[in-house]
Amino acid sequence: MKAAVIVFPGLNRDRDMIAALTKVSGTAPAIVWHQDTELPDVDLIVIPGGFSYGDYLRCGAIAARSPIMDQVRARAEQGTKVLGVCNGFQILIEAGLLPGALMRNTSLKFVCREVKLEVTNADTDFTRGYTKGQIIRCPVAHHDGNYFADAETLKRLEGEDLVAFRYAEGTNPNGSLHDIAGILNARKNVLGLMPHPENLIEAAHGGTDGRALFTGLLGQAA
Amino acid sequence: MKARVTVTLKAGVLDPQGQAIEGSLKTLGFPGVASVRQGKVFDLVLEGTDVEAARSQITSMCDKLLANTVIENYAIEISN
Repeated sequence: MKAAVIVFPGLNRDRDMIAALTKVSGTAPAIVWHQDTELPDVDLIVIPGGFSYGDYLRCGAIAARSPIMDQVRARAEQGTKVLGVCNGFQILIEAGLLPGALMRNTSLKFVCREVKLEVTNADTDFTRGYTKGQIIRCPVAHHDGNYFADAETLKRLEGEDLVAFRYAEGTNPNGSLHDIAGILNARKNVLGLMPHPENLIEAAHGGTDGRALFTGLLGQAA
Repeated sequence: MKARVTVTLKAGVLDPQGQAIEGSLKTLGFPGVASVRQGKVFDLVLEGTDVEAARSQITSMCDKLLANTVIENYAIEISN
């Protein structure tokens, strides 16, 4: 699997993501700066978490208008897999690659803890390492993860099986509608999620529930 | 030419920050606060004098960056 990680000023989970991709695939991903206008030939583009541009205006809003995002959008349209985690999810939404909006947590508090996720669609390149209905542990760390979309969009997400992960067992940390933790685009080659699977991939992390997301992707691209 | 863009949350979109502000106003003892919704204001200084051209350009700015039209409405006021 050839992967590229997009780096914006203000991210802080990029090193975790690079480490996870390197450990699982055996190959270090290409690092692409947000001002670049070319992407290497890769199977997977990853936008990690953090606080790009200090969350100015709206989380992810400035990063989503960076020069590299035209390339990310073009590659996504060609079918390249794109993964956005936490701020990366916010950036993909602001860039229009995923529908809806991520708003301030209903508690108004930054939440940093472990939640349980239900894998609601295991039939995608991202989730093939899991089984449908499986409950996994995953850490979250965000202030603006409250997923919102209008009724029509929610109906489409549910009807087309585009909700990949849902907060399980009353662990919804942010007030997301339908307990949504991660969604896919219509073509299912773009996934955005608030939780951090890259932070639970080896025993030293206290668990490995996030690893199957990366091994699932790896198995596909070889 | 000056312009003010006001961005507000659409009706029906939950506003926990507005609710917290509303609660705080009540704590301070202000009577009769039925609801608070918070938003953003952008003051722009523009070159040129063509008001309609400016309005068209600011509308595009709002759609592309200043507002997230999934959850927000915007209003534009232009003054010379």
